[in-house]
Amino acid sequence: MVTKGEIYRISGPVVTVQGINTSMYDVVKVGNEGLMGEVIGIEKDKSIVQVYEETAGIKPGEPVENTGLPLSVELGPGLIESIYDGIQRPLPILKDKMGDFIERGVTADGLDHEKLWEFKPVVKAGDKVSGGVVIGTVQETPNVEHRVMVPPNVSGTVDEIKSGEFTVLDTVCTLTDGKEIQMMQKWPVRMPRPVNKKLTPNVPLITGQRILDGLFPVAKGGTAAIPGPFGSGKTVTQQQLAKWSDTEIVVYIGCGERGNEMADVLTEFPELEDPKTGRPLMERTVLIANTSNMPVAAREASVYTGITIAEYYRDMGYDVSLMADSTSRWAEAMREISSRLEEMPGEEGYPAYLSARLSEFYERAGRVESLAGLGGSITIIGAVSPPGGDFSEPVTQNTLRIVKVFWALDAKLAQRRHFPSINWLNSYSLYTKGLTDWYNENVSPDWVKLRDNAMDLLQQESELQDIVQLVGSDALPPDQQLTLEITRLIREIFLQQNAFHPVDTFCPMDRQFKLMDTIQKFGDKAHAALDSGVMINDIIKLESKDELSKVRFDDDFDGALKVVLDKMDKEFDSLKSDTYSSGVSEGAE
Amino acid sequence: MILIPQVFQRGLNEVTKEYKTITEIAGPLIFLEKTEPVSYNELVNITLPDGTTKRGQVLDTSHDKVVVQVFEGTGGLNRQCGVRFTGETIKLPVSKDMLGRILSGSGEPLDGGPRIIPEDRLDINGAAINPFSRMPPKDFIQTGISTIDGTNTLVRGQKLPIFSGSGLPHNEIALQIARQAKVPGSEEDFAVVFAAMGITNEEAQYFMQDFERTGALERAVVFLNLANDPAVERLITPRMALTAAEYLAYEHDMHVLVILTDITNYCEALRQMGAAREEVPGRRGYPGYMYTDLASLYERAGVIKGRKGSVTQFSILSMPGDDITHPIPDLSGYITEGQIVISRELHRKGIYPPINVLPSLSRLMNSGIGEGRTREDHKAVSDQMYAAYAEGKDLRGLVAIVGKDALSDRDKKLLEFADMFEDRFVRQGVDEDRDIETTLAIAWDLLAELPESLLVRVDNKFIEKYHPAHKK
Repeated sequence: MVTKGEIYRISGPVVTVQGINTSMYDVVKVGNEGLMGEVIGIEKDKSIVQVYEETAGIKPGEPVENTGLPLSVELGPGLIESIYDGIQRPLPILKDKMGDFIERGVTADGLDHEKLWEFKPVVKAGDKVSGGVVIGTVQETPNVEHRVMVPPNVSGTVDEIKSGEFTVLDTVCTLTDGKEIQMMQKWPVRMPRPVNKKLTPNVPLITGQRILDGLFPVAKGGTAAIPGPFGSGKTVTQQQLAKWSDTEIVVYIGCGERGNEMADVLTEFPELEDPKTGRPLMERTVLIANTSNMPVAAREASVYTGITIAEYYRDMGYDVSLMADSTSRWAEAMREISSRLEEMPGEEGYPAYLSARLSEFYERAGRVESLAGLGGSITIIGAVSPPGGDFSEPVTQNTLRIVKVFWALDAKLAQRRHFPSINWLNSYSLYTKGLTDWYNENVSPDWVKLRDNAMDLLQQESELQDIVQLVGSDALPPDQQLTLEITRLIREIFLQQNAFHPVDTFCPMDRQFKLMDTIQKFGDKAHAALDSGVMINDIIKLESKDELSKVRFDDDFDGALKVVLDKMDKEFDSLKSDTYSSGVSEGAE
Repeated sequence: MILIPQVFQRGLNEVTKEYKTITEIAGPLIFLEKTEPVSYNELVNITLPDGTTKRGQVLDTSHDKVVVQVFEGTGGLNRQCGVRFTGETIKLPVSKDMLGRILSGSGEPLDGGPRIIPEDRLDINGAAINPFSRMPPKDFIQTGISTIDGTNTLVRGQKLPIFSGSGLPHNEIALQIARQAKVPGSEEDFAVVFAAMGITNEEAQYFMQDFERTGALERAVVFLNLANDPAVERLITPRMALTAAEYLAYEHDMHVLVILTDITNYCEALRQMGAAREEVPGRRGYPGYMYTDLASLYERAGVIKGRKGSVTQFSILSMPGDDITHPIPDLSGYITEGQIVISRELHRKGIYPPINVLPSLSRLMNSGIGEGRTREDHKAVSDQMYAAYAEGKDLRGLVAIVGKDALSDRDKKLLEFADMFEDRFVRQGVDEDRDIETTLAIAWDLLAELPESLLVRVDNKFIEKYHPAHKK
């Protein structure tokens, strides 16, 4: 097989090479500098290559070499806490090699090949092992135990297993047939890692974000999309999820987004604490940063790099969440390359295979039983950036056909500084039913009822608001005015959440329940008071309900809540006695 | 004698082979055959039969065919023209002496002064900053304009464009910012790089006169590509400007404010080139790679760890038909760290600067404000004003239907607040330079007009400390 050829044509990131035998998705080294590229088409004797680096200055006639391998990532200890570009080159190493700006022609291994890891075997000679079976562990970070697995396509009987300090390339296990197993395995990014079977998601992903956990939950192993126009808070929401989701591993892909934002993530994550373990959040996070001005082909690959790493940890039996910000930029990278290939465009210039690629990606999510029978999951949360905030565009529409949860961001809410600016009328979650049992057991048997009631009130509010727009709120009957007041509390106290406040940024399920329950209690009492003849304005004047808003910011949540509840009781009691006394005095007259 | 532009000088001396193999000329593009291997993005010199030269860049190259885009337009070109490939990509000669100079859109002196003696020659396409090397921007820049400092704070290393429309005073605002912008309490080196892309001669004069009047020119590098200059040159003008800015920032430790005007003209040029290349168009005929292309400009702002300087971008973008969903503002908004939106409605009311704070946004505001940067109550005050103004503005619609009398007392207060906000907080003089304390004081005066129970977004401790009614 001929592995060397030459460049025939260059057009931006798309390079045509000739005189070389290639297979689809082979990685090739292009030009004198050996730029990394991937075969994405073959036409007669010519292969079409997308190049992951800038191509300015490359000439036809320069050599091309085929590695014969598909684009793969290195999987093993050392992934956690790493910061990669779209093709798994560690950014700190790129910085050491070429300074503050990203030049080209530099290669860097995804994992540190020199570093020694303490390997503790969990199988012994004579054990039968097969793909996915854990043969030993490495403490990768203080809160992540890395489970070294047999590669998926290998099986046999353990002949020898070592213990002690090794690099990822050292053989730690030998099988009787002579096969050697290292801590590092390579896996082609475009191929999903195999599992035994997929299971139905039945546990919610707790995010600490009230509107998400409370109204539109996503299950562990589920898929969600956050579409929204610019400035509506996609990135803040994604980052909140990356920070507070109760998964063991987080993979965050900054795909074609802002450099300063990534810099923010890179400085903030090491400083933030995981609420469960108290360790820095970075110790469970893998970051992939391919900013908008980095090469577009690497942006296309970044999403696959991320999901493959996520699958690797899932196979160890972990719950993994993957945030992709933004899948629209990924789709645009596909569009750009497709148009360079002069392919027949589909809708709005996107390639006709857009929908297929999106579904392939989201299908790599799920709760699974791994090859070795371990239970793990990948939850995918994809941001979508629809042009002009128009949800009818192809990327949003194709995404909505696949995902089960839709968090619709709304520019109007953002303008009022209602954050997170997720529109409660347009959003939906198809997991709520499947999660009911979990809520009954783990939160409260009342939770589902409370939530449905709140949704119902919010729906009523939107209808009432239409009337208020025409005639003003004073023209409504008192009970409807009360509904507006209760929904205002739901909106301002429950739905709004301050991501930048140290306490309010993460709200556990029990607090969410107590807040909603208190609002409900207020509603019940207020309706009762109204029925007993109290004036609506007197109810609206009560202070305790507005003080509830401050409870969210209190370190001593329960203490502060009790103060409010006591005050609420007192206020309603005094309302009752007021009505009673005024009734008496009227009677006396 | 043929004057060879300095930018291209070196390349020309090194490569001598001239081709006369043009097969086709279409719009700004020429197609050549039978060349030695030519590299992608290489710079090209074209000699016309009358001896004049034009410049171009390789867009597509293969063994059989080379496509060149010609920067000065293809007028006068024919198949007899000679084409030389220079063997290198476009480079800008840079030097600290560029400060105070006026250059053309392709980097030639326009002010009659001597040529710039280069300290270095830099590729105008720049390279992406490694995200790991970036410092998150957090130094507050005081522009002296309340609606920016108070509610949409600009920080060093940010890219914050002005979204405007035709006939609105965006130039005045940009100039006011260029004049007044400073980091309070710091005496660091400051420079302005101004790049005009396709603006009219008159507008350019306006900018130049203001720079000269205020003495800002000494601290500025100006690149002018005017409306009648070739459109394709517009594609390199901002890249030259940003290269100069990066050089001053990262090699000479200066804090550089880059003003690019008008991004819309740049995008029109991009569309024109795309059409000439017969590319598959995206939305409204703009090329599908416009996001990536714009990102390659906007992303060249920032602060790098361990280097003193910074590049801050304040670009002007006129929204066609005031439509914020038009592809140009839309794609920009997805890349930039917020936007300042100019409102025709406020302009009609005679309010300067007519900045509509509601759709405006500074994404980096939270990292630039607060205790130790501006003041502890800044965020709360800003949020409270946003919320009250948004509600007050909505009520105007209601008043138009039901009349003012139908409003509750609370709503009447909010309605008045919206009016006062526009009149006292938004409105200020062209030369009025408000420091942040003044801006926040005005804000508190306005908030004091509202009942305290409405100030739910402000902590009680701030109310006690700053509310005019409590302040001792």
